[in-house]
Amino acid sequence: MNFSVITSQFWSLALQGLSLGLIYALVSLGYTMVYGVLRLINFANSEVFMVGTFATLFIETHVLGYAINAPSLHGFKLIYTLFFAFVASMVACALLAILVELVAYRRLRARGANRLASLISAIGVSIFLLESMRIITISRPMTTPRLLDKWSFGTFHGANFRIDTMMAIIFPILIFIVLDQFVGRSRLGKSIRAVSMSEENSKLMGININRVITLTFCIGGLTTGAAAFLYTTVYENTVFNVGFSMGIAAFTAAVLGGIGNLRGAFFGGLALGLLEEFASAILGSQWKAVTVFTVLVVVLLFRPNGLFGEAVQQTRT
Amino acid sequence: MANLTRFNLRDKGAEIWAGWSRPVRTIFVVVCVAVVGLLPFAASWGPTSFLNTPITSFQNVLVYPVGMFIMMALGLNIVVGKSGLLDLGYVAFFAIGAYSQGILSTLYGWNTWEVMPVGIGFAMAAGVLLGLPALRLRGDYLAIITLGFGEIVRIVAINLHITGGPNGIPGIPNPPKIFGFNFDLMHPQDFFWLVITMILLVVWMVRRFTVRRPGRAWEAIRQDEDVAALMGVNTLVYKLWSFVIGAAVGGAAGVLYASKVMVISPDMFKFDVSILILACVVFGGIGNIWGVILGASILAYLPERIRFISNARQLVFGLVLILMMNMRPDGLLPRKKREKITEKGAK
Repeated sequence: MNFSVITSQFWSLALQGLSLGLIYALVSLGYTMVYGVLRLINFANSEVFMVGTFATLFIETHVLGYAINAPSLHGFKLIYTLFFAFVASMVACALLAILVELVAYRRLRARGANRLASLISAIGVSIFLLESMRIITISRPMTTPRLLDKWSFGTFHGANFRIDTMMAIIFPILIFIVLDQFVGRSRLGKSIRAVSMSEENSKLMGININRVITLTFCIGGLTTGAAAFLYTTVYENTVFNVGFSMGIAAFTAAVLGGIGNLRGAFFGGLALGLLEEFASAILGSQWKAVTVFTVLVVVLLFRPNGLFGEAVQQTRT
Repeated sequence: MANLTRFNLRDKGAEIWAGWSRPVRTIFVVVCVAVVGLLPFAASWGPTSFLNTPITSFQNVLVYPVGMFIMMALGLNIVVGKSGLLDLGYVAFFAIGAYSQGILSTLYGWNTWEVMPVGIGFAMAAGVLLGLPALRLRGDYLAIITLGFGEIVRIVAINLHITGGPNGIPGIPNPPKIFGFNFDLMHPQDFFWLVITMILLVVWMVRRFTVRRPGRAWEAIRQDEDVAALMGVNTLVYKLWSFVIGAAVGGAAGVLYASKVMVISPDMFKFDVSILILACVVFGGIGNIWGVILGASILAYLPERIRFISNARQLVFGLVLILMMNMRPDGLLPRKKREKITEKGAK
C-alpha cells in the first residue's frame, strides 16, 4: 500500500492510464461491435490483435527494410513509414477478422447452432492463429526498430507528454469520433444498428444480414489493427502470446462500459486503463488484475449491464 | 454428410437401451466397466497397441489428462450443460482442490482421504462466494466474472507465501494404500481405477440430480429463466446449487490431481485449462453425460497421441475444434431431444 504516489505521480499515472486505456478501448471495439450484432463473444479478436502487431513489425522490418538498429526517421519519410505501417496493420486485421467470421461463425449461424458452438469454433481459430505464430517466430519475442524518435512536448507535474503517448491518445479519439458518426449517421451504420436491434425485422426490411455482419467484423478488425499499430509503436516489441492479456483486458473494458455499446467501449477502456495504472502504483503491479476484476464485480452488481449498458430485456441470453 | 450431421447416436442408444431387459442391462454395464478397467493394459496388448502414446506413458495419460478431464468436464457440464450458465473460470475450483491437498498434506501431514472432504468443502465455499454476486448477472456478464475469478485464484496463488509463490508446492505425498491398492508412481493403473470410481460416482450423482427436482429446475432455468421464476422456481438458489455442485466435482478432481502429480504450481491452472474443459463439454455434446465423457476422452487423449508432431500438435487441436464444430455443432453425442422430456413429464 503506497498512497503517496497518488499525490506525487498523479499526472504521470493519469497520462499513462489514458494512453493505455484508449488502446484497450480500440481493441474492445472488436468485441463490442460483434457482440452488438451477433450476441456472441468474439474470442478470436485477441489473436487478431496479435497478428496486427506482427503485421506492423513485418512491414517495418521486411517490406520497408529497416534493420532493428536503424536510426530514427524524420520529416516526410517518418510520416510515410508510420502511415504505411498503420494502414497495413489495419488492413491485415480487418481481412483476418472477416476470415474469422467466415470460418468460425457463418456456417454455424446459417444452421442455427447454439451459441457455445460458435464460441468453441472461435476458440479453435484463436488456438490455430496463436500456435501458427508461435511456430513461425519460434516463441521468441521480437523487437521493432525505433523509427519514431521519442521526443517530448514537455512535462507537466512529472507527466511526460512524449510523442508516442500523445499518438496513443489522439488517434483513438479521432477513430472513435469517426466511428461514432459512421454508426450514427451513415446508411451502413444504421443497418448495423438495425440488425443489432432485431435480425428478423432487418431481414424483412431488405437488409443483407451477412453483409452487415461482415462489415461489423471488418470495423472491429480495423480498430483492433489501429490498436496493434499503436501498441507496437509505444512498446516497441511483440511476442506470439501478446494477444492473451490484451484480449482479456479489452473484453473486461467492453463489459465494464456495457458490451454492445460503442461509447461504453470508449469509456470502459478509459476507466480500465486508469484503474490499472493507479492500482498497480498503489498496490503493486501483481495485484493489478485482482483489483480490476473486483471493481468489475462491484460495478456489475450495481449496474448489471455495465456503465453505459442497454436495457435488461435486450441482454437476454 | 447430411446423414452424418443429423444422426443422433444418443437417441439411437437410448432406444436400444429402452428395449433391453434388466439382466441384459446389468451385463452390459458390467462388461463396459470391465473393458474400461482393463484399459491400462491396452498399450501392451497386441491388437490395441496402436492406442499407446509415443512419448508419455500411456497409463499416466489415462489418469492425467484423460481421467481428470473427464471428471472436470462432468462437473462443468452441470453448470454449463444442465443449467446453461457459461463458466469460463472453472479451473479455479480445480486449483482450490489441488492447493488444499498441497498445503494440508505438506504442512499438516493430512493424507488424501482426509483432505478430500475438506478440499471439496473449500471448492464449494468458493463456489458460493463467487456465485452469490455473479449469478445475479446474466449470460456473458457471468462469463467475464468467472473468467476473472479463475485469474484471481491463480494470481493469489502466485503471490501468497503459503502456496509457494510461482514455484508452487513440491513433495505432495501420494494417497496412502487402501484395500491393497497402491497409488504410488509404480502403479498408475491403480490410480486409474480410483479415478474411474470417482467418475462413476459423479455420473451416478448427476443422473440422480437430473431426474429429480434440481434437474428439472435447471432445465427450466436453462430454457427460460423468467418463465422458470414465474412458475415458482427459486432461480438464484438452484443456479447456486448447480454452481456449487460443479465446484465440488472440480475440487475433488483437484485433490486427486495434486496427489497424483506430487508437484503443483500456478502455471498448471491457467485460463487455457478452463477453455479446454469447456471445449470438452461442447465438443462431446453439451448437456449429455456420455457425450461429455467421449468428448473429454478424445480432446485429452488426442494431443498426447499426436505428440510425435510435437510442435504442431496444438495447431492440429485448433483445427479439429473448428472442423468438428462446423460439422456437428451440437457435439458428438447431442443431448436428448426436447420432445422426450415432454413425454416423460406427461407420464
